[in-house]
Amino acid sequence: MLKQLSIFISNEAGRLAEITGVLRDKGIDIKALSIADTTDFGILRVIVDQPEAAESCLKEAGFTVSITTVLAIGISDRPGGLCSALELLRDHDITVEYMYAFVGRLENLAYVIIRVDDIEKTAEILKAGQIAVLDSSALDKI
Amino acid sequence: MFFNKEIETMPRKEIEALQLERLKRMVDYCMNNVPFYHDRLTKAGVTADKIKTLSDIQYIPVTTKEDIRDHYPFGLFAQPMKNIVRIHASSGTTGKPTVVGYTKRDLDMWSDVVARLCVAAGATEEDLIQISFGYGLFTGALGLHYGLEKIGAAVVPASSGNTEKQVTLLKDFGATGIVSTPSYAMYMAEVARDMGFKKEDFKVRLGLFGSEGCSDEFRTEIENEWGLFATDNYGMSELVGPGVAGECTLRQGMHIAEDHFLAEIIDPNTLEPLPEGEQGELIITPLTKEAFPLLRYRTKDISRLNKEPCACGRTHARMDKIKGRTDDMLKIRGVNVFPSQIESVLLGVPQVGPNYQLVVRREGVMDKLEVKAELIDPAVLEKYADLENIQRSIKHKLQVVLGIDAKVTLVEPKQLERFVGKAKRVMDLRNEEGK
Repeated sequence: MLKQLSIFISNEAGRLAEITGVLRDKGIDIKALSIADTTDFGILRVIVDQPEAAESCLKEAGFTVSITTVLAIGISDRPGGLCSALELLRDHDITVEYMYAFVGRLENLAYVIIRVDDIEKTAEILKAGQIAVLDSSALDKI
Repeated sequence: MFFNKEIETMPRKEIEALQLERLKRMVDYCMNNVPFYHDRLTKAGVTADKIKTLSDIQYIPVTTKEDIRDHYPFGLFAQPMKNIVRIHASSGTTGKPTVVGYTKRDLDMWSDVVARLCVAAGATEEDLIQISFGYGLFTGALGLHYGLEKIGAAVVPASSGNTEKQVTLLKDFGATGIVSTPSYAMYMAEVARDMGFKKEDFKVRLGLFGSEGCSDEFRTEIENEWGLFATDNYGMSELVGPGVAGECTLRQGMHIAEDHFLAEIIDPNTLEPLPEGEQGELIITPLTKEAFPLLRYRTKDISRLNKEPCACGRTHARMDKIKGRTDDMLKIRGVNVFPSQIESVLLGVPQVGPNYQLVVRREGVMDKLEVKAELIDPAVLEKYADLENIQRSIKHKLQVVLGIDAKVTLVEPKQLERFVGKAKRVMDLRNEEGK
């Protein structure tokens, strides 16, 4: 299980540069990110090496930011790899709120971050289905 | 508590008799000392003798800000400069500033009426009060300054700006009161929090707010932020400065110092007097000013009068909180919209902060209102649906309150401009775009 930051951003020039600048100044490393936007605003979601430090420095800089727990699941990097993991979740009536991918890989597996309502239950289902779940301690290796 | 109990609790009939006597004297005084009024009154056929009752005031022509500007700088003064001891001026964001003067007696009357409102608001000689209004030509700071000194309170003339220093002074001096605009009091609270202070680090118990409107909701927020009790007061430099009216601790309207100011409510379009209790434009005639008298000054503020005695014992009429300015009133698609209405809606939505901005544009022939509010609740970042629900709910409430559709934009906290003086929250771009 991983901690993810969600940051509210106005849809204006330079806002992303400002956020990443705050993280850079604190020496915080971004491991994965996703941004979704509407015409007026966006939500940036990032996985970083020091989530608590990142949260406090972004708050200090005036951003509205929250921390949530997400799962990063390891899937074999071949056609159908992601699909079989998602089918497993569907079969157990788990709804994925949103999803995005890590840039790097680890031990030949590609990692995808998913946000679901019942994290514990989902983690168990994945384990039983022999799908790897990334632990925060392994984050440095990716 | 009263500063001058005898006057502040005078029976209604006596107040009105005093007002009539002073009004007649003022008409005479203007006629004889200000050429502008000599012409106006002569043209209108009004002399002091013709004023038999207070309602006869409607035959006197109104005075506007433009009239004052037309006589810039001293054309409406009724006294030679040797008798003038102070000059103030309004900010003059559009055109030339409006300049006002005071004789010694004017200054004495001014500090008297301010002292009344300070006592009515709960201030005593025990208080140490920081004045965070800008000192200078603006009447707000010096007006409260002399009034508070008159009641024996200790005054810290901090002026405005350098907010971190202001917060440090408030804390180190153990100030028990703040004088500022409501929006600046809120901004100081934000800065105090950013500096790592808690409410308990301060002793502020009173907030004397003025110079801009403030909804009940916004006031409650400021009270919670500081742990203080807030009252509003009212005035404008043309009339004297602050001191025209102020709330008592019951907060059921602002008591007008009626022995010095005669208030009326008129229809801003027809200029006809409105029946008692109706909302309209506030017209004030200062009854005792020497240096800069005015007859029936159009304040452009929208209010209502209540002449019933107050439970606090004061008999002077109360005016409602200013609902808006006839200037600020936006006409959007033919509907009258006051920024204060929008503020009330936003303050009822906990996920957004108290600062906002209104942008009015014209697209084709349609007026479009956009309301920008700062999203402050991180709990809603997980689901887009939650954010959209906030937008939708604000939009719906605005529709209910204003009767028109608005676009609601959520922005990052602290993205909207903060204001040290009067907040300028409206951007009307209808005449600028597409030129």
